[in-house]
Amino acid sequence: MAKLDISQIEHIAKLSRLELTDEEKKLYSEQLSSVLDYVEQLSEVDTENIETTANITGLKNVFREDEVEESGISHDDIKLNAPEFKDKSFIVPGVFE
Amino acid sequence: MKLYELTIKEASEKLKAGEITSVELTEAIFDRIDKVESKVGAYITLCKEKALEMAQASDKQYAISHKRRTEIDGIPIAIKDLFLTKGVKTTAASNILNDFIPIHESTSTKNLWKAGAVLIGKTNLDQFAMGSSTETSAYKTSKEFDSTTRNPWDLERVPGGSSGGSAAAVAADECIAAVGTDTGGSIRQPASLCSITGLKPTYGRVSRFGVMAMASSLDQVGPMTKTVEDAAILLKYLSGWDKYDSTSSKKDVPDYARSINKNIKGLKIGIPKEFFAEGLSPEVKEIVEEGIAKLKSLGAEIVDVSLPMAKYALAVYYILMPAEVSSNLARYDGIRYGHSTLKRHPELVSGSHGIPDQVRNDSLLSVYEKSRAEGFGDEAKRRIMLGSYVLSAGYYDAYYKKAQKVRTLVKKEFEEVFSKVDVIVTPVTPTPAFKFGEKVSDPLSMYLSDVMTVPVNPAGLPAISIPAGFISEGDKELPVGLQLIGPMWGEQTLLNVGCAFQDATEFHKKKPSL
Repeated sequence: MAKLDISQIEHIAKLSRLELTDEEKKLYSEQLSSVLDYVEQLSEVDTENIETTANITGLKNVFREDEVEESGISHDDIKLNAPEFKDKSFIVPGVFE
Repeated sequence: MKLYELTIKEASEKLKAGEITSVELTEAIFDRIDKVESKVGAYITLCKEKALEMAQASDKQYAISHKRRTEIDGIPIAIKDLFLTKGVKTTAASNILNDFIPIHESTSTKNLWKAGAVLIGKTNLDQFAMGSSTETSAYKTSKEFDSTTRNPWDLERVPGGSSGGSAAAVAADECIAAVGTDTGGSIRQPASLCSITGLKPTYGRVSRFGVMAMASSLDQVGPMTKTVEDAAILLKYLSGWDKYDSTSSKKDVPDYARSINKNIKGLKIGIPKEFFAEGLSPEVKEIVEEGIAKLKSLGAEIVDVSLPMAKYALAVYYILMPAEVSSNLARYDGIRYGHSTLKRHPELVSGSHGIPDQVRNDSLLSVYEKSRAEGFGDEAKRRIMLGSYVLSAGYYDAYYKKAQKVRTLVKKEFEEVFSKVDVIVTPVTPTPAFKFGEKVSDPLSMYLSDVMTVPVNPAGLPAISIPAGFISEGDKELPVGLQLIGPMWGEQTLLNVGCAFQDATEFHKKKPSL
């Protein structure tokens, strides 16, 4: 049985900000379920009292002075790649009425 | 010898002696590209004009000072199209960035240009570096074949991936050297399948700033070259601390190439039996065993070791990597840069007058959802979704946290083995290059092809793939590589062993017939 059914796929797609076709939902339900079946094997490993590893070289928080620097990047530079840009701002659809 | 066949070392000596100019060398590379690129399809973008300008600048400097500033001054280099190159289109092989022109430069490439290197072009890759065959690229480089970059040793087979374009470009002499990235084998696996040298440095050795992130805790930049010696040369210029990458290391960068010691007498080489178990092709096994015998004949001591946790590394990887992917790829939102559905639906932003109701109700959310759906390829979508799932409420502990704990165990196990041996030797891939379409429809089988390279990344270790032999398949010869894994910051040892091996063998000198 598929671990992830269509309604779960729809929920994950929402979290992922992805619009999926019905075909994709079906395909991903099968493919992601088989990957989850595979990673299930980790449950065989005893991890009692084992610490988690996030950074492998053992760095803890790396701080620097909070100083303002010149970025060398202008509004015109940003405009170059922006889908919609006007008056030094990105244009987006209205969020409020 | 043809100029395009030169290694960094050889070309650098000729440049320093004034026997050739950087412009001549760069032109020779572009002539070669004209001849073979239609077959190989290694590049997404070629920068001939810019390259010649850079070469001229290097030659001009030489004319004034009679000196080449570095060993890579004037050397033509290809860059995986995952690195931001200021003013040069950068796509990550994804439609979501199909007309993206970066406004800043990645630190590692900036270091190369500062040292005088010449940018030839941007090489093809699996979309956002997600894949093992370069087939997930959104760029089909040839109409003739329905495929992307092809393996120069057999054009019906994949070059490996994700740095498949860089590997193919080096193998086909379409550059003097290349740069790639490795998150789970993306430098080493294509290097092995194309018979070149590929080094994945220790995590933190090279800055990741300006390299489009896949999995930030695993990604690492590294050289892809014709020889181990060239990898040593290039690594020096790529490496070093960067204030823009807080995970980069402040450790000194040695002069790797000058420090090479080819005497490996008494060096202890560990052979983990788990990497020689079922699933490994007998032909690959034979070649790897011959390689180990060669190292033994050079004086190394061969020691049997065991890495029972390594088999869990792939499962760890397929939880942590997608989790990081889902976070890193959240930035592609269709608002600030890259593909946007707004371009297709300008009415969404043109003000409220006259907008049909269904479009007005199409909120900001749908701009995100549509732009991402239109821009990302299949594999990127799969990994984003998998990542969102393993990080979602109720599943975080069972998947993500569990994987982080097993990661600790994988790391510890390697540390224990490295208290007994200097280097670990394994195959790079279970099989030689596969054919197009063979695995792309079954993601899990594609993932499993990385089982030998992946354990290195969660452990942060350096590893190198070097050419070790060929399997005859009809009239073709399919390359097989040897993987050397070192302890943290053990790049020099890997380079030493690799150089000793290449001094005693000729595999790396063999060229595909194109």
